[in-house]
Amino acid sequence: MKKYTYTEKKDTRSGFGAGLLELGKSNPDVVALCADLTGSLKMDAFQKAFPERFFQCGIAEANMMGIAAGMTIGGKIPFTGTFANFSTGRVYDQIRQSIAYSGKNVKICASHAGLTLGEDGATHQILEDIGLMKMLPGMVVINPCDYNQTKAATIAIAKHQGPVYLRFGRPSWPVFIPENLPFEIGKALILNEGSDVSIFATGHLVWKAIQAGEQLAEMGISAEIINIHTIKPLDEKAVIQSVSKTGCVVTAEEHQLNGGMGDSICQLLSRHLPTPVEMVGVNDSFGESGTPEALLVKYGLDSKNIVEAVNRVMQRKKALV
Amino acid sequence: MLMTTEQLQKISTQVRRDIVRMVHAHQSGHPGGSLGCADFLTALYFNSMKHQPSPFSMDGKGEDLFFLSNGHISPVWYSVLARSGYFPVSELATFRAINSRLQGHPTTHEGLPGVRMSSGSLGQGLSVAIGAALSKKLNNDASLVYSLHGDGELQEGQNWEAIMYAAAKKVDNLIATVDYNNQQIDGTVQDVLSLGNLQAKWEAFGWDVLKMNGNDTEEIVQTLKKAKEHTGKGKPVVILMTTVMGYGVDFMMNSHKWHGVAPNDEQLQKALAQLPETLGDY
Repeated sequence: MKKYTYTEKKDTRSGFGAGLLELGKSNPDVVALCADLTGSLKMDAFQKAFPERFFQCGIAEANMMGIAAGMTIGGKIPFTGTFANFSTGRVYDQIRQSIAYSGKNVKICASHAGLTLGEDGATHQILEDIGLMKMLPGMVVINPCDYNQTKAATIAIAKHQGPVYLRFGRPSWPVFIPENLPFEIGKALILNEGSDVSIFATGHLVWKAIQAGEQLAEMGISAEIINIHTIKPLDEKAVIQSVSKTGCVVTAEEHQLNGGMGDSICQLLSRHLPTPVEMVGVNDSFGESGTPEALLVKYGLDSKNIVEAVNRVMQRKKALV
Repeated sequence: MLMTTEQLQKISTQVRRDIVRMVHAHQSGHPGGSLGCADFLTALYFNSMKHQPSPFSMDGKGEDLFFLSNGHISPVWYSVLARSGYFPVSELATFRAINSRLQGHPTTHEGLPGVRMSSGSLGQGLSVAIGAALSKKLNNDASLVYSLHGDGELQEGQNWEAIMYAAAKKVDNLIATVDYNNQQIDGTVQDVLSLGNLQAKWEAFGWDVLKMNGNDTEEIVQTLKKAKEHTGKGKPVVILMTTVMGYGVDFMMNSHKWHGVAPNDEQLQKALAQLPETLGDY
């Protein structure tokens, strides 16, 4: 089993900011738009380096999405930045008509996703955004797991022609993905090979899955841990391959169970390889104020919950034999 | 070579014939606003805009661009695009039919030349036009961006975000036009949700406001010329264009009842009798 350690914690939004700055240097067509959250989104370095390519839109997200769509006409590659709640639910129809249906090359970059936004509470903790975005035809949906992966994903999506939703977050989080690992859209990342259970995790919960894997190893359970950073298009081959070997599945994400990454995995498996699945995620409820860690514990999104889900699903697997 | 008023009127008469025939053919579509804007779009495409119908370029670098925000008046736009040479005029017969590029509301999704953005859900076109105008500035492209909006559509809040933005950020390569026919689905704009003093509102937001009669070709040509002269001076330009909904077909005029209703066979003949065939029907 591969052991994952970290030497520092960094927020994934800073990975976005660093990636955007690099893109600014390497690609003159990249432009950035923000709705009064430049500091929160870590877009200030880009703004400073490329003021003529930075567009402050004020607190007017609908207009920002429309402007971004329009800027693609003429060859620009717009990256919009605001909180995940205001990047999706608030502007769903603008994204649907002006970006997705119009096939525009806009990168919707969303910070402060999920419970780990923390103290601001449920008004800002969107837990439905993956579902909203993955339902739009042609939309790519990416939720990277740490600073390095977010930076690499930011750079990678500029090369993809078409709309992308890139979801990241606020808290400082362990950095464990190698700095130079290239990001491949739609290619699942196997973090640990195992034979007893497949754990598919996305976003911040990938680290929780790694911690769960260590606890499971002590219990004699061999968990295959796969980072589903791209929820759409889903790496169906990697999922089927892993599940063919392990025969049971746990999914883990900082999102509603309805419409999330686990929901995509279940759809795939029910069509091609019916398998017992247990899901870790938020079960049809809103969040609340609190520290990120306290929220993950209260809403059942901790490594302990992943371990419990593994035990349940392995019992179900045994019962099938 | 600029066209004479008479030549433009010949085209807009044919465009009106196309509109009522398109809407009649599949008994679906929006004739009222389409007829009202026929003179404007004809003058814009055949006289004012610098554009290249074929081969169509999505990026439109070096071309003036047009965005239709009130997408439900697609019949008039489709007719003007076809008559300008963006696609075969015969394709107008497929409007709203299955497998057509001429969807009920305009879309890029089916690859119809001339359309650069989907519209239909109201209130989004001005933001998009601003984006395209900013892109032109970044590309040092001196050509202009035009857009058309319904008056009822201005009830959508996104417009006012966009109106605020364009003035604050000096998007002065943009000429927006409002089809001020004072009609919307549920009645007059006045009754449904009054826009109040629309000119004062645009001016207060920092726009350069012009006015014209949108059913007077000569006045449209002159006002568009003037609007062009007003660009590049630090302010976005808007034309408040008074039109008569249903203009050119007497029984459709001045009523919101023909917003989204198709004429029957008898009504079609009655309408066509008022609109002589000038360029040949499709």
